[in-house]
Amino acid sequence: MTTDQWTTVADVASAVCLLGGAFLAFAAGVGVLRFPDLLARMHAGTKPQVLGLILVLIGLALRLRSGGAVWALVLVAVFQMLTAPVAAHMVGRAGYRTGKVRSDLLVVDELTSDQERARVRDHGRAEDDDPRD
Amino acid sequence: MTAVVVVCGVLLTIGAFLAVIRAEKGPSMLDRTIALDIVVTTMIAAVALYAAVNRRADVVPILVVLSLVGFVGSVTIARFASVEPEGEGRVRTREEIAAQEAERIDNEDVAEESRRSGRRTETDEHHGGGAEGEVRS
Amino acid sequence: MSLHPRRRRWHTQWATVVWLTVVWVFLWGDLTIGNILAGLLIALAVTAGLRMAPIDFHGRFRPVGVLRLVARFAADLVRASFEVSLIALRPRYVPRGAVIGVQLRSHSDLYLTLTAELASLVPGSLVVEAHRLTGMLYLHVLDVRQSGGIEAARQSVLDQEERVMRAFASDEELDAAGLGVRA
Repeated sequence: MTTDQWTTVADVASAVCLLGGAFLAFAAGVGVLRFPDLLARMHAGTKPQVLGLILVLIGLALRLRSGGAVWALVLVAVFQMLTAPVAAHMVGRAGYRTGKVRSDLLVVDELTSDQERARVRDHGRAEDDDPRD
Repeated sequence: MTAVVVVCGVLLTIGAFLAVIRAEKGPSMLDRTIALDIVVTTMIAAVALYAAVNRRADVVPILVVLSLVGFVGSVTIARFASVEPEGEGRVRTREEIAAQEAERIDNEDVAEESRRSGRRTETDEHHGGGAEGEVRS
Repeated sequence: MSLHPRRRRWHTQWATVVWLTVVWVFLWGDLTIGNILAGLLIALAVTAGLRMAPIDFHGRFRPVGVLRLVARFAADLVRASFEVSLIALRPRYVPRGAVIGVQLRSHSDLYLTLTAELASLVPGSLVVEAHRLTGMLYLHVLDVRQSGGIEAARQSVLDQEERVMRAFASDEELDAAGLGVRA
């Protein structure tokens, strides 16, 4: 194939990736509005968002095709994948500690029951047993 | 290519707009930080879309900086989140604001009245004593 | 301890220095000697100046395991995003969530963190609380029905941990976790 044809293929692939990425960002927005509680909204904020961003960055890399900027895009994707779960985790933990999580909406809530059990146990004796035994 | 750009732009705009609605509605600060986090990521996607269309490589540092800094906001708010009383995060309506203003003015009038009537007795009590509020052992 | 304390710190921090240099070179885009040297200098300055606890990495780098981990992770990430999008866009469908606790079998912070990160990005789960000392991870599952039930969700996290350990752990750590060494 000639370079011209490669260019067209790259452009088409880039367009597909950009569309996919924008669609996932849109789904993330819809999700964060529709989901019933704080923890479910965090899901909407992490997964479609990350993949959407990666797709858009691949689309951009296919358009740029050369130059040092492409490597920086790899870095952006890696940073996003590293930081999005951390942010979601901290928000979830803060939600639990400030009582924003409604236990009645959840099918099973093992964290609250484990925390209750730990609180009951701490009031009795010193905490030096290994729960793994 | 223009059709692709238009469709992508519309999708991104609607997604960001819905996230902003959640930022307004969300009953707690944490919901709002998640929504704004999504807005920031949508911004990164939009800047990347612009760079892809115009084939400009010099806006890529913006993407790097946004992706690094964009999550710091939500992590900070989560780190320092404390228990919010119910209904604290709600935007007050105009009637509620007026009612609360009227109540505050009433309270100030009552305080002014009690201060004016009690001033004469207060000066008698403070002969030779220390200032009010001083810690005396 | 046989090693001098300062030399021991350099020995465990070399991976951080390499990583920071790679980041610097990627940011500049061109692979030139100047960039690499500048990156090395800055990496060394940052590592020496900001004292952070060095990560104990006693494991091995197994190429087959890493490949399997990365490929499976990429496939899971794509599937997860479309599943969550489907739930978000399907009209009148409210997801029923659950919070489950999973006891991890490894004894190290690094594998806990890696498993938590990967489990947050793949379908169905999001890490809400991690107890480092006991190795306990608490995850929020978005839709119990879609994940196939609570036990299936728990098993998928344990599978994720197994893939991480088979990619990076040494033989002793694999034995301690109860996973036999695969032939």
